[in-house]
Amino acid sequence: MQMRSPRFRENAREALDNAQLQRALTNVETNFVGKRKAAADALPEFEALRDKARDIKNHTLEHLDLYLKAYEKKVIEAGGHVHWAETAEDARRIVLGICKRVNAKTVTKGKSIVSEEIGLNEHLSANGIQPVETDLGEYIIQLRGEAPSHIIAPAVHVNKSEVETEFRRAHTHLDPNRNLEEPETLLNEARAILRQKYFDAEVGITGANFLIAETGSSVIVTNEGNGDLTQTLGKVHIVLATLEKVTPTLEDVSQILRVLARSATGQDTSVYTTFSTGPRRPEDPDGPEEYHVVLIDNGRSSMLGGDYQDMLRCIRCGACMNHCPVYHAIGGHAYGWVYPGPMGAVLTPSLTSIDEAGHLPNASTFCGRCESVCPMRIPLPKMMRHWRTREFERHLQPASTRFGLGLWAFFARRPALYRAATGLMVRTLGLFSGKRGRFASMPFASGWTKYRDLPAPEGKTFQQMWAERKDAA
Amino acid sequence: MSGRDAILGRLKRRLEREGDLESARADEVARRLDDAPAGIIPARGQLPGGERIALFQRMAEAVQASVEHVAAMADVPKAIAHQLSQRNLPAAVRIGADAALAAMPWEASAPLEVRHGPSDGNDLAAVSHALAGIAETGTLVLASGTDNPTTLNFLPDLHIVVVEAGDIDGDMEAVLARIRRKFGKGTMPRALNMVAGPSRSADIEQTLILGAHGPRALHVVIVGG
Repeated sequence: MQMRSPRFRENAREALDNAQLQRALTNVETNFVGKRKAAADALPEFEALRDKARDIKNHTLEHLDLYLKAYEKKVIEAGGHVHWAETAEDARRIVLGICKRVNAKTVTKGKSIVSEEIGLNEHLSANGIQPVETDLGEYIIQLRGEAPSHIIAPAVHVNKSEVETEFRRAHTHLDPNRNLEEPETLLNEARAILRQKYFDAEVGITGANFLIAETGSSVIVTNEGNGDLTQTLGKVHIVLATLEKVTPTLEDVSQILRVLARSATGQDTSVYTTFSTGPRRPEDPDGPEEYHVVLIDNGRSSMLGGDYQDMLRCIRCGACMNHCPVYHAIGGHAYGWVYPGPMGAVLTPSLTSIDEAGHLPNASTFCGRCESVCPMRIPLPKMMRHWRTREFERHLQPASTRFGLGLWAFFARRPALYRAATGLMVRTLGLFSGKRGRFASMPFASGWTKYRDLPAPEGKTFQQMWAERKDAA
Repeated sequence: MSGRDAILGRLKRRLEREGDLESARADEVARRLDDAPAGIIPARGQLPGGERIALFQRMAEAVQASVEHVAAMADVPKAIAHQLSQRNLPAAVRIGADAALAAMPWEASAPLEVRHGPSDGNDLAAVSHALAGIAETGTLVLASGTDNPTTLNFLPDLHIVVVEAGDIDGDMEAVLARIRRKFGKGTMPRALNMVAGPSRSADIEQTLILGAHGPRALHVVIVGG
């Protein structure tokens, strides 16, 4: 996928000015936040399960090489194949090789974010194989020629009327006067079209939420059932998974499953949790004839043992972006690559480079909501701070930012001067704010005041008030 | 060097500390895989028989499955015929080779057409026999094979699942123990499907709609209890 993170500032500005997007984004906070809380509150063991889930992943990461070997052995025992891909290019080559060997013309796909990361669809298309996304959200954005804007709700940025427009454009064999007012009608149309694709496709590609070392199984969790049709009806099932998806045992997966759906959508469990182990067996009446797993590194092994190892615990639930004020304001596309929100702000520089993705860790208010809801207790703000430090050390910020920080540091090192200067500024601003107590515009602060008023200070600085209250107490 | 060796070599270099013994790490990993220690099991499902089944029903209904009870396996065909007529569906179902389903009095109790084997997508209703139920989430557990082909779980509009009351466990870990007893430690059926409610999507403006790509309706028949 093409990297647009370097122009994050422009992306964000465009997103804020996009009325359609702003309307769609209101669905994020309305729908995800309350549901997650209700599901978490309804399970007294939820917080303890988060600790357990964190510990399981930490243990696994400490022995990742050994668990991967154990997993590989079990897959082979079950008649499956394991392919190791160091890079995105290796992964694309392996998948294309399998597709070509079975003369695939059409490939159905269950939702897989790593497939976006390795740019698989473009590669298959360029080689004459048609990839068909079957998750409703993925299907919508594939028709629109877009990337996902959310890791579990890829079309969250699209409004219903835009889906209707797209379906009328793409499904030209259907009656142009049909009614597509209701979401149900749109879903039914997609269901009917995709139903045939599952049967047509030679190969079905899914991701994996877990790989189980104990049994050699891959696990997907879905609500639509598209992933299951994808992997059951094709002759060949290919699983794309990154190294850190491996989990020791069925019991360990059970622990993490209890926090996954609750954190993601506020469901106690997803509708379908499917454990797949190898290809169709001699007595099986259905299922794929071949079962392949492509284990993808693409930068993960370099994160082990470093500042960002904790990020490898991520189970891709999307809770961090659902609770992020920055994501709520600009949506996922502004982040410019596959992974948006706080998890993207940490992961994208790790997998690409800080030179390209340096803006992302700055797109945070450090309010800490992401860490407070992360089921795997990943210290996202701390890691964003690490990236900011690195960015500063490498002189990657614009001169104006460095000048501003330098200026602030000059005053901050001189407390008396700092107090005098801030006191003067607060009084001056208070004086000019007028009766409303807010500024609708201000020199040097138009980036703020364009989208909201700046509240005027009310006469005293924080330090003055602190001193007063301390004396009073 | 192959991709495999390169990746595993890099992981090992990054993970091994000074003085680490590969054998000690390997022992720890082998032990965990053998022991499969249980973690935290929610109190929610730890209920005696009747209450556990009531919890299963409550949780399944909360995710839009419909649930009914029959006294014995022999009562299932009649209940299914009634369901189909209630839903204005043709009196036809598809089933696999499951012995418990095969032994049911399909002809005697109801004018039902019974087709056998995997689905080709042209069945409106299918019946499966669940390996187990999980009360804590209202989930059904289905294993692939000739008895209950996987396609029956996903292609028909109406999926009817028969589960025996004695097979409904309180929590997922109890079901995992059941799977190990049936298939052996470290071995799984080709596909193990855990199903909670009919398929759904909220991808259009986060509005929840039932009947995405899988069944539009899920009906559970609890036998005995």
